[in-house]
Amino acid sequence: MTHAPSAGSPSRQRRRTRGSSALRALVRGGPLVPAAILLAVFLIVPIMWAFIGSFTNATLTGVTATQPEWVGTANYERLFADPDFSLSLWLTLVFTLASAVIGQNVLGFAIAYLMTRASRRIAAIVGGVVVLAWVLPEIVAAFIAYAFFSREGTLNQLLGLVGLTGDNWLFIAPMATVILANIWRGTAFSMLIYRAALSEVPPDLMEAAEIDGANGWQRLVRVTLPVLRGTIATNLMLVTLQTLSVFTLIYVMTAGGPGNASATLPVFAYQEAFRFGSIAYGTAIATVMLVIGAVFSLGYIAVLRRAEADR
Amino acid sequence: MRARRSAIALSAIAAGALVGTVGCTPASEGGAGEQTITVSYIRTDAFTALDTLFQATKDQFEAENEGVIVDLQPVSANDEDYKTRLALSHRSANTAPDVFYQDTTTVRADAEAGYLLPLDEYLAEWDDWSQFSEAAQQAGVGNDGQTYAVSLGTDTRGLWYSIPVLEAAGISTPWQPNTWADVLAMAEAVQTSDSDAVPFMLYAGTGTGEGSNMQGFYQLLYGTELGGDALFDSESAKWVVGSQGFIDSLEFVQTVYDEGYALPVDRALDPNVWQSVFGELFPGDALGATIEGSYTPSFWVPGGSFEWDAYAENMGVAAFPTQNGDGPGVSMSGGWTLAVGAQTDVPDLAFEFLTMALSFENSLSYVNENSQIAVRADVAADPSYIEANPFVEQVTSFVEFTHFRPATSEYNQISAAVQRATEAVITGQATPEEAAAEYDREVESIVGAEQVIAK
Repeated sequence: MTHAPSAGSPSRQRRRTRGSSALRALVRGGPLVPAAILLAVFLIVPIMWAFIGSFTNATLTGVTATQPEWVGTANYERLFADPDFSLSLWLTLVFTLASAVIGQNVLGFAIAYLMTRASRRIAAIVGGVVVLAWVLPEIVAAFIAYAFFSREGTLNQLLGLVGLTGDNWLFIAPMATVILANIWRGTAFSMLIYRAALSEVPPDLMEAAEIDGANGWQRLVRVTLPVLRGTIATNLMLVTLQTLSVFTLIYVMTAGGPGNASATLPVFAYQEAFRFGSIAYGTAIATVMLVIGAVFSLGYIAVLRRAEADR
Repeated sequence: MRARRSAIALSAIAAGALVGTVGCTPASEGGAGEQTITVSYIRTDAFTALDTLFQATKDQFEAENEGVIVDLQPVSANDEDYKTRLALSHRSANTAPDVFYQDTTTVRADAEAGYLLPLDEYLAEWDDWSQFSEAAQQAGVGNDGQTYAVSLGTDTRGLWYSIPVLEAAGISTPWQPNTWADVLAMAEAVQTSDSDAVPFMLYAGTGTGEGSNMQGFYQLLYGTELGGDALFDSESAKWVVGSQGFIDSLEFVQTVYDEGYALPVDRALDPNVWQSVFGELFPGDALGATIEGSYTPSFWVPGGSFEWDAYAENMGVAAFPTQNGDGPGVSMSGGWTLAVGAQTDVPDLAFEFLTMALSFENSLSYVNENSQIAVRADVAADPSYIEANPFVEQVTSFVEFTHFRPATSEYNQISAAVQRATEAVITGQATPEEAAAEYDREVESIVGAEQVIAK
């Protein structure tokens, strides 16, 4: 609560009169009801189902498929003792930090910022190329990335042109390839958000800074970035959550392999739930993912609040 | 400002929803009035025999039963993904198919889950049932002793070798190794010969999934001292840990990869490596030998995925030997069945469709097209079966010493642990001893300490 109005303010008192406030709540809240119901059915219920399921021994087949038993926290105990899980958690953090927080976010901002200074034609071409990867369905983008990095892929053919022999990149550097693929695929989102935000930066502010003798770098760091703080937090939150849940891209390119070398949490959860049939263990992993997503969101929301309070 | 903040909170929740896992999309049942039988099975570019069988059965069945529609729902997926999808579809009566292609290894678990309809009453009135071999009848039995599935055919595994490559290395054919050492000697001979051929491909690791075990590690493990009880002790019904045979088998795998007898590790871990084996390496005289199934010729016959006219003259098959030459050899068997869904609305029609698909004529053409080992006595006795390809007689003889996998509900997880053990060894992440110890730990965590037995 950053600026709670003082209780004594007259407008506040008027609003508290009973009858009108109940009516107002009804009128204002009414249109929200369908959305709330949809959210409850398609979001809250599955989350609760997953959460409850993670305390059972439900499986895909066998006796416990139809008659799961309550096993308390056994799945979580197994999870936190499982070296595959620690590895998966680490890989997820690396993947999210490298491909979303650093890759998509910084690159997206850089492109958007440079586009404001580039000629219109260049900006349009660059924007088109970047957005192309983003409008592709994820499965198509994943196959393209696979075709690029695989042993007989585009990358190695290009290397061949200059006399180099490439390796099987998906095998020797699985994390690097999926991170690059995710940056390629997702940068457009950040770029679009930042383009919109940059056009909102008041020109008089920039002019004032210019008159005060600030150079380009100073204007960027001292004026533009502080003005965009809220946008940056929002963008970081969205790309982080999108990236935490990336599944298709990784599954198509490496299927989490070789071994577990690129099995981030969504891939790990899928393997446990559907390949090895332990639905309950898979839902426990999914629950942990939800918690991680929530922690990131709360962190960003806190940053956002501070940014707005400062304004 | 408050509105804006809650909009941000909402978008956080919405984005958070992306983190959730997604289920499968079901196909719906046909319209009212007519009766519909839905049939679920695998159809891929490399596996069309079953589709041919069901298309033919559909035509016959619809001609004989007016007003009945057979809705074929082929799934284009590998075995593992198909089984997952099938299990998921059984979770609701709206999506569960009436008749489906069912792996023998999951019959028991799926019967326990209540997905399969017990067929005893129906089978008692089906004259053809007596034609099925004892082993084939057993393949469909659940833990409660009732029969839940009817076998389509089985397979065996042996050591397939290239005659030109072996002869070029000075090995006379027909070739029959008696010990593991003989296999390694062959590989060394090919490696030191003039040919550039890959000497001996041994599937391993998680890339080729269950194939790594069936056409690889189990062929070794079941040929060690404990034999048929090397993975799962049948007497105590417990999983074996700490056995020397397990370590010896991993050492063999390590030797094959460290000596460069097999394909490079990154290619060996490619899930599609088997396509290179059938499509490029053997036809190109670029591979000495590998362990493969009795269905091998089906890829090369006219109409197969990798047609190769000269396969009959260029290929040979031998029984894979045991470690020290005890017994005639080692083979692993699997096989698929047809089953009826427990939630079906039309059990009688579904069973009738199943029997039509497995009739003498339909079985014969399926078994021949797919190079399966026949499970019906009348099919096995048919001249066209023996003459389907030059290897039928030999691979059928492997039935005498073949092994079946333990069909318990934990099997998939154990299988994955074995795949990880071989992968750790071929990638150099672990020594055979370390990988075996890690496997023991994993098995214990999967089935519990009471369900393992140290040998």
